[in-house]
Order: sequence, then C-alpha cells, then structure tokens
Amino acid sequence: AMEDVSAKFVSQKISRTRWRPLPAAALQPPDLFATGSWDNEDNRISIWSAGDLGNAGLNGEYHGEPHLLCDIQHNGDVMDMQFLDQERIVVASSTGAVTIFRHHQNNQTLSADHRWAKAHYHVDQDTSCGGAACTGVVCSNPEIVTVGEDGRINLFRADQKDAVRTIDNADSSTLHAVTFLRTTEILTVNSIGQLKIWDLRQQRNEPSQIFSLAGDRVPLHCVDRHPNQQHIVATGGQDGMLSIWDIRQGTMPVSLLNAHEAEMWEVHFHPSDPDHLFTCSEDGSLWHWDTSTNVSEKPSFLHQGGRSTAYLSHSTMNQSVVSAWLSNDPTKDRMEITNLIPNQTLSVNSLDVLGPCLVYGTDAEAIYVNRQLFA
Amino acid sequence: DTVPPQVVPGADPSARQLCFAWGPAEVLVCETLFGRAGGFRSPLLSRSPCPSRSPCPSRFWGEDSAGATARALTGSVAGTEDGAPSSTRVFVVRRDQDIYIHTLRKLFNESHGIFMGLQRSEDELAGKSRKAQLVQVSKNYRSVIRACMEDMHQAAVSTRDPALQGQYSTQVSILSAMELIWNLCEILFVEAATAGPLLLRLLDWVRLHVCDVDSMVREVLSSESPSKHKLFWNVVDVFVLQGRMDEARHLLSKEASANPASMNMYRILDELMKKMPVPSLGNTQTLTELELKWQHWHEECQRYLQDGTFASNPHMESICKILLGDEDAILEKKELMTTWYHFLVTRLLYSHPTVKPMELRFYAQSSMDLFLGGEGSPEPLDMILMAAFEFEMHQVIKECSIVLSNWWFVAHLTDLLDHCKLLQSHNLYFGSNMREFLLLEYASGLFSHHSLWQLGVDYFDHCPEFGRVYLELHIERIPLSTEQKALKVLRICEQRQMHEQVRSICKIMAMKALRNNRLGSALSWSIRAKDAAFATLISDRFLKDYCEKGCFSDLDLIDNLGPSMLLSDRLTFLGKYREFHRLYGEKRFAEAARLLLTLMTAHIAPCSFWMTLLTDALPLLEQKEVIFSAEQTYELMRCLEDLTAGNPDKQKFQDDDVETTKVEMLRLALARNLARVIVKEGTVEGS
Repeated sequence: AMEDVSAKFVSQKISRTRWRPLPAAALQPPDLFATGSWDNEDNRISIWSAGDLGNAGLNGEYHGEPHLLCDIQHNGDVMDMQFLDQERIVVASSTGAVTIFRHHQNNQTLSADHRWAKAHYHVDQDTSCGGAACTGVVCSNPEIVTVGEDGRINLFRADQKDAVRTIDNADSSTLHAVTFLRTTEILTVNSIGQLKIWDLRQQRNEPSQIFSLAGDRVPLHCVDRHPNQQHIVATGGQDGMLSIWDIRQGTMPVSLLNAHEAEMWEVHFHPSDPDHLFTCSEDGSLWHWDTSTNVSEKPSFLHQGGRSTAYLSHSTMNQSVVSAWLSNDPTKDRMEITNLIPNQTLSVNSLDVLGPCLVYGTDAEAIYVNRQLFA
Repeated sequence: DTVPPQVVPGADPSARQLCFAWGPAEVLVCETLFGRAGGFRSPLLSRSPCPSRSPCPSRFWGEDSAGATARALTGSVAGTEDGAPSSTRVFVVRRDQDIYIHTLRKLFNESHGIFMGLQRSEDELAGKSRKAQLVQVSKNYRSVIRACMEDMHQAAVSTRDPALQGQYSTQVSILSAMELIWNLCEILFVEAATAGPLLLRLLDWVRLHVCDVDSMVREVLSSESPSKHKLFWNVVDVFVLQGRMDEARHLLSKEASANPASMNMYRILDELMKKMPVPSLGNTQTLTELELKWQHWHEECQRYLQDGTFASNPHMESICKILLGDEDAILEKKELMTTWYHFLVTRLLYSHPTVKPMELRFYAQSSMDLFLGGEGSPEPLDMILMAAFEFEMHQVIKECSIVLSNWWFVAHLTDLLDHCKLLQSHNLYFGSNMREFLLLEYASGLFSHHSLWQLGVDYFDHCPEFGRVYLELHIERIPLSTEQKALKVLRICEQRQMHEQVRSICKIMAMKALRNNRLGSALSWSIRAKDAAFATLISDRFLKDYCEKGCFSDLDLIDNLGPSMLLSDRLTFLGKYREFHRLYGEKRFAEAARLLLTLMTAHIAPCSFWMTLLTDALPLLEQKEVIFSAEQTYELMRCLEDLTAGNPDKQKFQDDDVETTKVEMLRLALARNLARVIVKEGTVEGS
C-alpha cells in the first residue's frame, strides 16, 4: 500500500538505486542502499540509510524518510551500478570509465578504490574525446563485466589493473545491458532487439547464440535472468514490452507482455521469490508482475514420480517445474499485475528489490522506499 | 506606470552603449565601442541591484524596488571576463535566478507533481467538492514551500560559512513571504471564505506567520514560575491579541492563584474571555445570532470596564479594553503584533467579527495607516497584501512578478487561480493570457537549467497557445550527451508528434555514431526516424567498406535487418547482397546466381555497383557445372554492355587497365558459359 512508501526529494535526478547485499545468514531486511545521479553538472554516488529502524511503530511499520550517510562526486552520468560485495560498488560512467567505490562504514565515507578510465571508447583509445558511455555493468565478485555504446565487452577482475578479456566490436549496435547467465556466460541486449549469449571461455569473439525479436527490431534496454531457472530470461524494450525468453528453445521470445507505454529501463526478478518480477519505465510507472496468485491451480504432477521429487528436494516451494513465466498465456488468470506508482509523470529510471523491500529513483529527483512489498 | 530601467551588474551603460542578443533562456549583453549616449545619464542605472537583505519577511523588501525590478534580467551574471578592455566583455544574463538554487530543486520537483495533478483534476467535480479539492491543492503547494523552508533553515543553521548562511537566510525569508502571500490568497480567493469563517481563517493565518513572539512565549512558559517572569503580561497580551483565549486563560489562572486578594477580578475577566462568542465553521448558528450574542457580550465587557472592576490592575484593564476593540489600547501593543496585518486581524476580531470579504479593504487600509502612523512607507510586501485584501488579484500577481526573484510563485499561483475560474477575461496585449504567459516564463527558466529541463516539458504542454512553439525551440537546444539522454528527449518529441525534432535528433545521433564508426548504431537511429536518405548513406558506407576490405563488417546487423530493410532501396540492396554472399557461401549456387541477376535487372543495385556484381558472377561462371541458363547469360551480357556502353564514365574504363581487363575477362567468361549452356540445354532438350 502507498502509505508504506517513504519518499525523499534529493535535488538530483536519480539514474540508479541499489540495495546493499545482505550478509549470507542475515534475517533483517536490507537497511542501506546506494544511488547514482545523472544529467547534473555535478553527479554523485550516495549511500543512504533506508529509514530509522529505531522508530518502528506499534504495528512494526517503519517511519522516517531515507537519510544520507555519505556521498562522493562522480565524473559523468551514472549509467549503471552494482554492489561487488558489502563494501564495494562498481559504477559505470557516461565518460566510459568504470570505477570501484568503497564505502567505509566506520566513518561513513566513500572513496574511489580503483578506476578503469578508458574502459569504453570510440575508435582511438588515446584521443581525449574518444570516451563512449559504459551502459551496463554486472559483477560476480571478483569478476566485473561491462558493456557500452562502443559495442565493446570488457571482463575485469576487481584485483587486476588491466582487463582480463576485451571483445572489441562485439556488437555493431549499442549494448544496453548485461547480466550473468552462468559463471562463464553472459547475456547482452542491444539497440536492434537482439539478445546474445557470450561464452567468455571461448576465444572467438562471437556470441554463442543470438535471439531476436520478430518484426520491427525494437531496441532492448534491460535484461534479467530467473534466479533459479536459468533458462528463463526477461528483457524490456523501447516500446515498454516485457519479453520472456526460454533460451533452451527457439530464437524468439516465449511471450510478450505489454504494460508500459515507453522505454522499460529496468527489469528484476525478485531474487528470493522469483514468481514476482518488477519493471520500471520512462512513462513513470513501476509494475509488479505476480505469477504466484494461482498457486493452487498449478499442475501438481511434479509431486509424483521419483525424478521430480529429486528435483524438488533442492528447490524452493514457490517454484514449479512448469514455470508460470513460460506458460502459453500468462496474461490470463495466471498473472496479476499492479502499477505501484499511480499518477507519476516523470521517468522511473531504476528499481531494486531485496527481501520485503523495494527502492526506486526518478527523474523527478526523488527516491522512494517501500519496506512492506508483500504486505 | 513607468517601466523602471533595468540594470546589468557590472555593465555601465552610462559609459558605453550596450547591445543585446535575446535567446530563449538568456540574454547576451555586451558593451560596444559606439560613442557615449548623448547626455543620457540616469543615477538609477548605475546603482547596484544587490543590496543586503534582512531576514525578516516583513522587512525583506525594505530597499527601493528599482533594483529588484530588474530581477528578470539581473538574475545571475555568468561568464564575465574581468580586466579586459570593456569592449570584449560579454554578460550572460539569465531570466530566473532562483532556478539555480540547489535546495529549491525540491520545490520545483515536488510542486511539478501537484501542478500535474491539478491539470488532470480538471472539472471532474462540481461545486463544493471542487472547491475543497482546489483548497487542498493550495495547501499542498504551501506545505511544499514550508518543507523547503525548513530544509533551507536547517542548511542555514548547519553551515559555518557566513556567506552561505546569509544566502540561506535570505531564501528562508523569501520562502516565508511567499507562503504568507499564498496563504492569504488561499483564504480570500481559493476558499473565498465568507463572513464568520473568514475571521477564523485570518486568525489562523496570523498565528501561523507572526512567529517573532514565539521565542518570548516559549521562554516565559518554560520558566520556573511564569507569573513571576517579567514578560508574563506580554505573553498574555500576545495570546489575547491573537485570539488564543484558552491559552491566555490558562496563564491567567496561574497568576490568579498567586494573588488570592484579586481573585474576584481574575474570575470576572476569565468569565468574559470564556464567554466571548466566536464564529463557528459549521452552520450551527446564523450570523444574526452571532451578532446578537456578541452585542450582549460586548455590553457586559463595557459595564465591567466602566464600573472600574479592573481599575486596580492596569494590565487587566488594558486586556478588557482590547476585548472591547479599543483601537488605542490595541495599538499600544504594537511591538507585540509587529505587523499591520496582525493589527488588522486583532481589530476585526474585537470590533467586527462578522466582517464580510468586501469590507476588508476599508479596514485593511485604515489599519495600515494607523499602524504605520505616518512613519515609514509601505513596503512591497505590504502593497501585495493590501492588493489581496482589496481583491485586486491581478495587482497581487503583478507586484509579485516584479518583486520576487523567481517565476515559480506567480506561475503556480496564477495557474491555481485560473483553475478557480477567477482570471478568465484577462488577455494580454500579445494574445496569450496571463496564466500562460507566466507558465511560459517559468518553464523557459527550467529549460535553461542543466537538469531541470524535463520538468519544463509538462508546463509547456499545458500552455495551449504558445507552449508547443516554446517546446520546439527549447528542446532542440538540449545537449545530447549520451544515447540514453537522446532517447529521453526523443520520447518527449515522439509523444507530441514533433516530427521535425524527431528527425533532427535521430540525424544528430546517427551522424555521431557514423563519425565513431558505429555503423550499426547509426543505422538504428535512422531506422527510428524512418530517415531513408540517411539509411542510404550508411548502406553506402557498408558497401564501400566491403569493396575496400573484401568482407562485410557488422554481419550481426546486416543479417538481422528484418523489415527495416525496406526503409531505403540501398538498404534493401545491402541486405539482399549479403544474402547472395550467404547463399554462395552455402554453395547454393543456382539461388545465388538468380539473386545476383535480379539485383541488376530489377534495378535494386545502384549502377556504380554493377561492376562489382558482375565480377562476383565470375566464379559462378567458372564453376564446373553450368549455373546460369542461356537466357540468364544473355541478360548478364546485356548488363555488361549497358554498363560499358551507356556509362557516362566510359572514358574511365578505357583509361583503366584493370577495368579493361576485367571487362574482357567477363566477356570471355560469359561467352564460354553461353557456349556451355547452349550445348547443355540442347542436349537436355534433345534427349
């Protein structure tokens, strides 16, 4: 409900919001998040406390708006951002630089730990004007993969000065986003509606698989992979369409779902509850896609037979063999979708979900925290 | 009305003539070498427009308004070159100074949401609920101002830099004055409170804004024994002057218990204060009832005063006089009221509690005259409030436009009043109405800002007359630093069918990509703009690359053109030509040959490329098995002859040995193929 959302106007347009990951066995909800700004003369990376836990009300709801713990200047627009671990954040810049910032929690300061100044560039690395925006970053400590407007893919290690691997001209159009498929494989989306799989072990500079949208090649802006069922991939496009892909079969999306009226900037499966998916868009909306509503109606054949039992033993409760995401007609009776921001007008550029908490940031220079997502 | 001269700080028009260049967001001013203006010298023009400002809203506009008048122009001056000969100095003068204040961005962003809500709410409701809705909108605007004021105050308190502190304090006083004016406009215009409730609203207004005495009240109330405090009676007076009867009685009861001797006197005063009739917000009593009750109460007070009940205590006697509305007694407490409008409301409370809106102007004028008493002239803020009390809405807006250092206030207030249907028939001489004029000014200011331009779009959208034109002019000036930003600007244009701008943005981005050798990106930008000419240009680049390197770059793109291939003939050719190569690579020679021929005979291929295509036919002609049929071979021959004979560049072929050899080789290969195919076809037919 709306009253669980606290908002703060921060006098800078927010391009990215990210929860700090929780330590392995943590029971508390996340309490800290980072934001990055764009299109300001002076852009910043900021660390926020989500709200005062000490002020928990009678019903356990939290009050108080997010407050700033520390911030640091960032050169260029923040294009993407990801926590490497509890203390380090990797930031992609419109200047083509990739920087690791460290959050010192003892004295609440931020410092730049390491910087690859020319991770992405046009034509000539040595010309000063050659920087190309780094549009996406994904990390799996210590590995960091970045993509950019230059169509280049970089693989860095947090502890190494030079790139471990660079694929120049990997894509002839702009790469908009990247995510890990498996440990050595990544997924990229580009501005001509393609989804590509790259195997970083392979020496050839070609994708191992190319998927693409039929008809008009609508640019894809974001990509996320189902946390448990790795063959299920969600992407968001320029027309606001959510595409669900099954990368085991075919070269086209399994389903196309329409909710946004403009660019979908981010798509995220809920990391521990992947029946829920969240998307945000230039049109100022943030949709919650819920496939968990009709659990009872899902086929129950997985409870019979030895093979599926074995499968069940290491899977979670809310995960069925035939994923709701891949059913033929997800719009009918299987999915409930809700816009979490009625009446918003300016773009929601970023969102992040962790546990019961959602954080998002907008071009209206506000950040919002919802701590009771499933209440 | 004379228009006051406008001043650019640092430029001296008395020494040199200035020239101006007007842009949509800024004015460029430079000094010229043109000789002195003959005899033109105005003392006003050389005065600095940035006098120090006092933090109190009521005193904020103390200096004469000539300097501030130039606000729209004197905003901020950037990029001056000091020390150089004056003829080289260029001043950049911006239209809206406050746009650049960091803390105010919260105000701009949050009020944008309220503004949009108001535009959406358009006339859904009628009558009372519509009014309630408008009052709520007004309150929302005010709460944003207050929140911003609090932030600014916090900033002022927490900074150690005195200059910054001064800046913040100035902003606090401006915001507080804005809220004061807005609140009064809300009572008088938006809610249009009627006799009775009107007084209650004005009392709330005074209580909210006269906070100079708050610290005194706090000090006395928190002291160990308030009644012994030397300011005790001052605080009681403050409460009485503001009509806060319960608080006044509470304090008095403390004093009473300390003075058992005068117990009776306290009891009587307490009783009078308790019984004082006040207008109610509900419809429980009519105005006549109230007036009747009030008359009785008034007479009772009069009786006690005349029979000397309070004669032994001058404090209580003065309170009784105030209750009776005695102007002199009230004016004696001038320091506790601090402003004439407080005096006005106190006076109304105790003499005319059922004042009607239209009577306000008389009381307001006389209250101001009495309060100022000939010393000091009214300041701009006084004039604005007075105009409001006189229900001169246009005057309020005009004065605010002149005095305030931002367009935010007048733009939003005017829009709200317009939604209250209060400003209809007021057209300006240049066609647009006042609401639109002010919104355009405000939004133009937003567009001149590095980051706030996105907000401006929605304001332009709600200016029916000129909004579109303004948007078109401004949006083209947004720097497209990244593709992401370009996409956002593009979305704005596409949603509004601004085809011209869509084309221009895509072209800029495609050119950029092309310069960076990003052919794929360039192509997707021209596909988005459906720019066939540019798609052709890019296709030519691909083909040129192919001719030079002998292989295609960006296969991932060309192989996946899809329907976008149809955007331009050249792109179609590129796609088809690549398809030929794929077929050839897959050894599907017959299909490849057919496609190659079609590319020429159907005139899909540009003439300049025919030689390359014919050369591509060579290996097919040399294959062991015959691929081109007799008919196809004739066609190929015709193509070759058309090319060599009809080509205006014939000269070139003759001069170029390589080309001549190529043509000869082709002729030979074609002839041999023809021979083979005649034999083969003859055999097939004969069998």
